[in-house]
Amino acid sequence: MVEYRIDRHSGVATYVQIVQQTKQALRLGLLRPGDKLPTAREVVEATAINPNTVLKAYRELEREGLVEARRGLGTFVRRSLGAAPADSPLRAELEEWARRARAGGLERDDVAALFTAVLDKHFQGDPS
Amino acid sequence: MSSDTALRADALGKRFGRRGGWALRDCAFRLPAGRVCALVGPNGAGKSTLLALAAGLTAPTEGALTVLGTTPAEARPRVGYLAQDKPLYPQLTVAETLRMGAALNPERWDPAVAEGVVAGGDLDPAARVRTLSGGQRTRVALALALGKRPELLLLDEPMADLDPLARHDLMGTLMGQVARYGTTIVLSSHVVAELEDSCDHLLLVGGGRVRLAGEIDELLAAHLRISGAAADADLGPHTVVESRVTGRQLSALIRPAGPLTDGWRATAPSLEELVLAHLRSPNAPSLTEERAA
Repeated sequence: MVEYRIDRHSGVATYVQIVQQTKQALRLGLLRPGDKLPTAREVVEATAINPNTVLKAYRELEREGLVEARRGLGTFVRRSLGAAPADSPLRAELEEWARRARAGGLERDDVAALFTAVLDKHFQGDPS
Repeated sequence: MSSDTALRADALGKRFGRRGGWALRDCAFRLPAGRVCALVGPNGAGKSTLLALAAGLTAPTEGALTVLGTTPAEARPRVGYLAQDKPLYPQLTVAETLRMGAALNPERWDPAVAEGVVAGGDLDPAARVRTLSGGQRTRVALALALGKRPELLLLDEPMADLDPLARHDLMGTLMGQVARYGTTIVLSSHVVAELEDSCDHLLLVGGGRVRLAGEIDELLAAHLRISGAAADADLGPHTVVESRVTGRQLSALIRPAGPLTDGWRATAPSLEELVLAHLRSPNAPSLTEERAA
């Protein structure tokens, strides 16, 4: 199950935040095919946002083929995204790299800048 | 009238006393069922009067207000109303207050809903109302209003005396009701920011008149915040809600009536900017759904 965190001051539309956080959970393998998304009611009771915002986000995810709504049952994950589950070896390597960067005296912003630069170099022109 | 309309005002006006001023005048708007409507405006704008009219507690001086397809008096069993001062009997316990709600609404009372709202607040059912904090009292009053499973819930400044955590809990409870039962909610406040994520409809009143009415997304999309050089400013066909000149720069909130000429920098306004611009400019033309369509 995924838990949404809404940041009211991010400047990102609330339904987009839900879409992004769902995709993030799919990429990390925290949500897998067959998993159920929280109901609109569960989301709004926890976040106090309007139910229509949740439904709009779920419709968007459905349009992209990532989830499907089953009448009376809820919304379920159809397929996962990317190939980097939370327990993959790639993650372990990145963890190790981040640990060394910190031990080497780099600050969070330095690390983020470095990571983004490498990302840009290797994924030039790819859709984000 | 179709039942998909929760609230409809036609030339609605209310004056207190024969010589008193008009609390509301010429109000016309439509609130579709299932919406969460923010009723916003400065103190004394007529928000409480409008809610009291919808609750059938007072009669209009002129015009009409249709509630759930009928008169406010006929609709009363299907309407929940929470007044600003949240009247409760201080000597009753929480449990006794809920039993009173059951006795007063024999046809519609749902004890599970009422008890669920109270349970969410970690309240002792044996506690007397007079010993409760402001937030706890609001929760009990809300349990009373929701226990009758209203189709329309009218809340007058429900969050005024609540701390941030209690506000969040209250809005979460309300949004849960909307998700579960499709309840229509109108809630008044003069703090716009705290309503932005929860409401999808806006009713802005100022000086006894409806200044803006409609879906928040559509109202925002109908306006632009622009800035540019003051010297050659020609806003010709557009409706200017508010404009200000600082040095050589002019900034304005407009309702565009077509494409902007070159040289303007345009951004989408926030809900708060939209509301404040209209309140600062009492003479700017109103925008309500009928006119927007």
